[in-house]
Amino acid sequence: MDLFTQLLLAAISSGTPLLFAALGGILIERSGIIQLGAEGLMLMGAVTACLTYLHTNSLGLTLLAVFAVSAALGLVHGFLTVTLRTNQIVSGLAMTLFGTGFSAYLGKSVSGLPIPGAVPKVHLDFLKDVPVLGDVFGRLDLLTWVSFLLVIVLHLFIHRTSAGLHLRAIGDNPATADVMGIRVQLVRYACIMAGSVLIGLAGADLLLVFSPTWIEGMTAGRGWIAVALIIFARWNPIRALLCAYFFGVLDTMGFRIQLIGSEIPSYFLKMIPYVVTILVLMFLGWRNRNKPSGAPESLGVPYLREQRF
Amino acid sequence: MNEKPAVGTITSPCTSALGTSAATKTRRLRFRFELDPSRTSSPWWITIVSVVLALAACAVFIAANGMNPLMVYKKMFMGAFGSSFGITETLVKTIPLLLCGLGVAVAYRISVWNIGAEGQFAAGAIAATAVTIYFPNLPSYAAIPLMVVFSIAAGGVWGLLTAIPRTYFQVNELISSLMLNYVALLALDYVVFGPWKDPKGMNFPGTPMFTDAQMLPVFGNTRLHFGLLFGLAAVVLYALLTRYTRWGYELKLIGANPEAAKNAGIRIARHILLVMLISGGLAGLAGMSEVSGVAHRLMYGISPGYGYTAIIVAWLAKLNPFGIVLSSFLFGGLIVGGYSVQTIGLPSSMSLMLQGAILFFLIAGDTVTKFRLRRSA
Repeated sequence: MDLFTQLLLAAISSGTPLLFAALGGILIERSGIIQLGAEGLMLMGAVTACLTYLHTNSLGLTLLAVFAVSAALGLVHGFLTVTLRTNQIVSGLAMTLFGTGFSAYLGKSVSGLPIPGAVPKVHLDFLKDVPVLGDVFGRLDLLTWVSFLLVIVLHLFIHRTSAGLHLRAIGDNPATADVMGIRVQLVRYACIMAGSVLIGLAGADLLLVFSPTWIEGMTAGRGWIAVALIIFARWNPIRALLCAYFFGVLDTMGFRIQLIGSEIPSYFLKMIPYVVTILVLMFLGWRNRNKPSGAPESLGVPYLREQRF
Repeated sequence: MNEKPAVGTITSPCTSALGTSAATKTRRLRFRFELDPSRTSSPWWITIVSVVLALAACAVFIAANGMNPLMVYKKMFMGAFGSSFGITETLVKTIPLLLCGLGVAVAYRISVWNIGAEGQFAAGAIAATAVTIYFPNLPSYAAIPLMVVFSIAAGGVWGLLTAIPRTYFQVNELISSLMLNYVALLALDYVVFGPWKDPKGMNFPGTPMFTDAQMLPVFGNTRLHFGLLFGLAAVVLYALLTRYTRWGYELKLIGANPEAAKNAGIRIARHILLVMLISGGLAGLAGMSEVSGVAHRLMYGISPGYGYTAIIVAWLAKLNPFGIVLSSFLFGGLIVGGYSVQTIGLPSSMSLMLQGAILFFLIAGDTVTKFRLRRSA
């Protein structure tokens, strides 16, 4: 395999959890609700996946459990932010704290146990002899293919369907959407729960595919990088794919530079994704200083039906 | 049951979302919730109710996992408040929470979401330790002040690294301050596993022990150190500055209405920079008082998430300085209680779970008390 193929594979394998989380975040934030609980949701997804897979040995039940737990947590965020209209930032932070602590509590008994080969690989034998494609796409796992599919589905949904138009309307101007007869609260609940499921799936993917052992706090800030990715991607699923893979490469760069036998201590290499996140955000902020960021216009503003604007 | 809806019911200008669903069923409902316009702040008891409800909710999870929640809570409570040792330990944990909490609170006053106290704490701890590494033979009257100055400066710079992107590049401070946490913690790991590692430490990831001159003095025979005085001084200073100075008034104005403040000629950018400098500086000082007063060395995992707990400390106290003293004591107890459940095989990060739950109920409670129950017919 040449360097390019290796990079592409690294990007996909370590970028897929980020991609799932970013897609979930995009869906939630498109409806106008800030979601900062991604770190906690991912950890809860990962620990649920670990526990159910070790007990049932079935991928289907594992995913089902992850969906149920994430949707329940999403429901809590939805109740607080949509029905009670509390501060969305604090609700998200609470979710992160709760998820971090609760996942550590639940995962105590399974910490360090390996979970090999939970997600089957999809063998595409007809690609075997194609030079680059065969190496990259010939033996990807199932969840990675699901993530490709999700990018397309979400992109088409948001930009090409009337339901997506309603969603964008709610994110930009819930009062107008309400007058148009769209059920703002219902759609927001649906988006928060569906998005939370995707973020939980990101945690499950991280655990089942990327590093198949539960370790307390194993996401190591990936949830927050996913939150930043939403901004880089300007709330667009296809750009999210590119940005997630870019960070996937950065994420694995550390290992690779170490393998070459570099003198740089690994701690500095591990800082790369975090530093690059801030630098890219600064660059984007500077470049788009007089332009809209692409964020839904009512992001973070609680909607109260009778309120006049 | 079939009473006619009162005329004012449906057109009431402050029918809430909860009220909306009620309004559609007015025929059947005798009472409904609506936003109470006279309530500007929630009553004090809601804090207690929230904490109790959060404990109850977590008890359900603990019971579902097959443990006796009462036993777990008793263990936590006795560990934190049940003995004089427990209480001094709780006070020891109160100090960093108090300093970080004040730092976080001062930033929240103008809606700057500093969640980087953890990293600023680490930066302060590293800077204070740098003094002991590079100036090992200073007498205590020089070493301690130098460590204080260095740690405040380092924490402040770490805060500015968030404030500058926020003011000049429109970078969301939540993300940048959090990313900087990871950077600072990795830097801490680097120095304690690498260049500053104690050669005689049997591979323990920590720097050599500080000399007596580099340690903060303690009260009597306890572990409680003079960092408590930093904390109390900071509380008084915070209270005075925010209440009685022009600067405090300007912060209040920006917090209440940034647009109006801008039109009144207040330089918001400058305030953000200053506030983050102070915020980071306080967290940095907390880092110094922890290494110099408690651990007596810089070591791996020096903070059990003080920076994150500080967020709740500040929020629980509604940014009130004396409330922060109380809530940091409460959460100090929660952290010590978290350690004490380790003896029955539970992770200490269980206290994070309780903290998250408390925060959930607190924000929900804040909203719920803004509603009033009213007869609709």
